[in-house]
Amino acid sequence: MLINQQTQSLIYDGTFDGFLTCVFEVYQLKLTDVQIIRKDLYQPSLFGLSQEIITEVDKADRVWTSFKKKSSGKGSSRFYYAFLSEDIEIENNLLQYMQHAFSSSSPIDSDYAHPAVLKITQTSKSVGREKHRMEAFVRFRLSKDNIYFAAVEPDFNVLPLLIPHFKSRYADQKWIIYDLARNFGLFYDLEKVEIINLEFPEGFDPLKTTTEFFAEEELEFQTLWKNYFDSTNIPSRKNLRLHIQHVPKRYWKYLSEKHLQF
Amino acid sequence: MSFDRIQEKLKILADAAKYDVSCSSSGSNRKNKNKGLGNSSVSGICHSYTEDGRCVSLLKILLTNHCIFDCAYCVTRKSNDIQRAAFQVQEVVDLTLHFYRRNYIEGLFLSSGIFKSADYTMERLVAVAKKLRTEERFNGYIHLKSIPGASDELMREAGLYADRLSVNIEIPTKEGLALLAPDKNREDFLKPMNKVKNEIIQYQAEKKIIKSTPKYAPGGQSTQMIIGASGETDQQIMWTSNYFYKKFNLKRVYYSGYIPISYDSRLPQIGTEVPMLRENRLYQVDWLMRFYGFEVEEILNFDHPNLDLDVDPKVGWALRNLDQFPVNINKADKHMLARVPGLGMKSVYKIIQARRFRQLNLDHLQKLGVALNRAKYFIECGPREFEHRDLTSVQLKSLILQNSTSKYRQTLSPQLNLFG
Repeated sequence: MLINQQTQSLIYDGTFDGFLTCVFEVYQLKLTDVQIIRKDLYQPSLFGLSQEIITEVDKADRVWTSFKKKSSGKGSSRFYYAFLSEDIEIENNLLQYMQHAFSSSSPIDSDYAHPAVLKITQTSKSVGREKHRMEAFVRFRLSKDNIYFAAVEPDFNVLPLLIPHFKSRYADQKWIIYDLARNFGLFYDLEKVEIINLEFPEGFDPLKTTTEFFAEEELEFQTLWKNYFDSTNIPSRKNLRLHIQHVPKRYWKYLSEKHLQF
Repeated sequence: MSFDRIQEKLKILADAAKYDVSCSSSGSNRKNKNKGLGNSSVSGICHSYTEDGRCVSLLKILLTNHCIFDCAYCVTRKSNDIQRAAFQVQEVVDLTLHFYRRNYIEGLFLSSGIFKSADYTMERLVAVAKKLRTEERFNGYIHLKSIPGASDELMREAGLYADRLSVNIEIPTKEGLALLAPDKNREDFLKPMNKVKNEIIQYQAEKKIIKSTPKYAPGGQSTQMIIGASGETDQQIMWTSNYFYKKFNLKRVYYSGYIPISYDSRLPQIGTEVPMLRENRLYQVDWLMRFYGFEVEEILNFDHPNLDLDVDPKVGWALRNLDQFPVNINKADKHMLARVPGLGMKSVYKIIQARRFRQLNLDHLQKLGVALNRAKYFIECGPREFEHRDLTSVQLKSLILQNSTSKYRQTLSPQLNLFG
C-alpha cells in the first residue's frame, strides 16, 4: 500500500477482537485514510502517523454485533475465515468489506463484482480448503501416556476452526493437535478442548515415532497403513501430477503413508 | 494381533479390492451421540490420494478373495492363479478401529469374493458391520457390498448398519454380461438393489411419522460399470446409467476404464492402454445429467452414439445447438446459464447472485473464475459485448481447441489419430 503523509496506521495485537477494536476506532475517529497492521508486522516509518490500539472486548463486540445484523450467517463466517488467513493486506480488505456492508441497506455478501467482497470470498475459500485439508491430513500417533498426538504446520491459522470436528468425532479418546509453526495446540481431555503451549522434552523430534515417547505398537500401525496405501495404488493409471495437486509436497512430512520416520 | 499375518492379508485383500472405484464417504450424517467413536461428515473427507490420483477415504478391502465365480474381467476369478487369503471378522473390526482412531480413514468399505453361497458371504459382511456399530459404538462410515443373490432378510439387516450399499453391474449390456460372466445373470444384481431401494423409501416414509425410526442406508446405493471391456458404445453406457439413476434412485454410478488383467481372448489384451480420457468424458456426461439439467438423449442418441474425445460433452452439445446462443449473462435463467460451456454450477450461482448488484461484464466474469476461453463464444454481457463474427461450429471448435490446454493433449495429437 502506498503510504502518504496523511495515512494513519492503527497497530493491533493480532487478535480478532483487536482488529474489531480498530474498526471501532476508524468510525469513532472518522478516519478516512487509514491502514490496520498487526504489531509483529509493523515497521515504523518516518512518514505517516501511527497509533497503537489496545484491544477492548466491548468495542469489538459492538462492531461484531452490528456487522452481523448487516450480513448473512455465511457472510460473517467468511469474514472470520478470511481474517485467519494472516494475509498481510487482509485487515485492509476486511475493513473495506465492513465499510461496504455498513454503507449498504441490504446484505452485500454476494456482491462478487465488488473487489473487497471478491477478495474476502476467495481468501475465505482458501482458508476453508486448508481447514478441510487439516481434517484430512492430521495423523494421530498414540503416545506412551495414551494420548493421540498430531503435529501440523497449516498454511493459515486454522486450528480454532478444527475444534468442533475433532471434538465430536474423537469423543472417546484424548488427543492433541499441535501447530508447530505457531507454537500452540488443541488438547482434548475427554471433556473439553483447551488451547495449550508445549515445551517439548530434550531429544523429542515431533516428526519421529520413537518408542521412547510413543506406544510400542504405534509404528506397526503406521507400517500397516503405509503398506495399505501402496497396495491400493493402480500402477497402470499412474498420474503423479494429480497426486501432487491433491497432496502438495509441503504436507508430506506429516503423512506416514508418504514419509515413515522412526 | 500378529502384525506379520495381518500385513500379508492386508496386502492381498487391499490389492484385490482396489478395482472398485468408489471411495466416497459422503451423503451420510451419522452423529456421535453416544460418546462413542466417530461420525460421518456430509461432504466426506479424502484422507489421502494414491499415486494414480484417486481418493483414499475408506479402508477398502475384501473379506476374502476366494470366489466360486469365474468372471473374465475380475482378478479374483476362480480360474486365476493368485494367492488367496481371508480375514476373520474380528481382524477387520480391529483394523478399522485402529486406522480410524489415527485419522487415516473415514470408515470401512467391505466387499468380498463369493465363497460357499451368496447368503453365507453376505452374512459375514453384515456381521462385521453389526459388531462395529453395536459392540464398538462406531459411528464412522460403512459401505458394504450387496452380494448378488443375497436374501431380502440379509439385505434389510445390512442397511440398518451400513451407510451405503452397492452392487456392481460391471457390464453395461446384457449380451456383454452373458459373454464375460456366464455364471451370473442380471436379475441377481437387480434383486438386492431393488430390495434396498424399497427399504429406503419405506424407512424414509416412517421417519416422517416416527422420529426415532433408525437410519437405513442414509448414503444410498451406488453401482459401477467397466468401460471398454465389451465393445459397448457411450450411448449404451449412459442410457444404462440413466436407467439405474431413475429406476433405482442410485446416488452414484461409477465408470471404471478397463484395466487389462488377463490374456482371455474375449477381452482387451494386457498392455492395452486404460481408456482414461473416455472415462473422464463419461463422468462429465454423468454430471451434466445429475446437476446441469440435461437429459441423456440430448447428449447421446442414435445420431451421436459416441462422445467427442477432443472437447467436453457440453461444448459438443453447444456446437450442435448454436441456435440457442448467445446467452445473455445478465438476463438468462439458471437453466440456460448451466448450458453455457465454461460455466460450472458454482459460477452459475455466483453470476445469479452478483448480477443483482450490478451489470456484469467479461472482466467481472474472468475474476469470478469463469473459463472464458470457452464461454466467450457463447455469451453476451450487454448489447455490445459479444464475439459478433458468424462462425460455423467447425470454426468454433478449432478456435476453442487452440485456446485451451489439456492434460490429454498427447493422446489427442494428430499422430495418434490413426488409432483413435
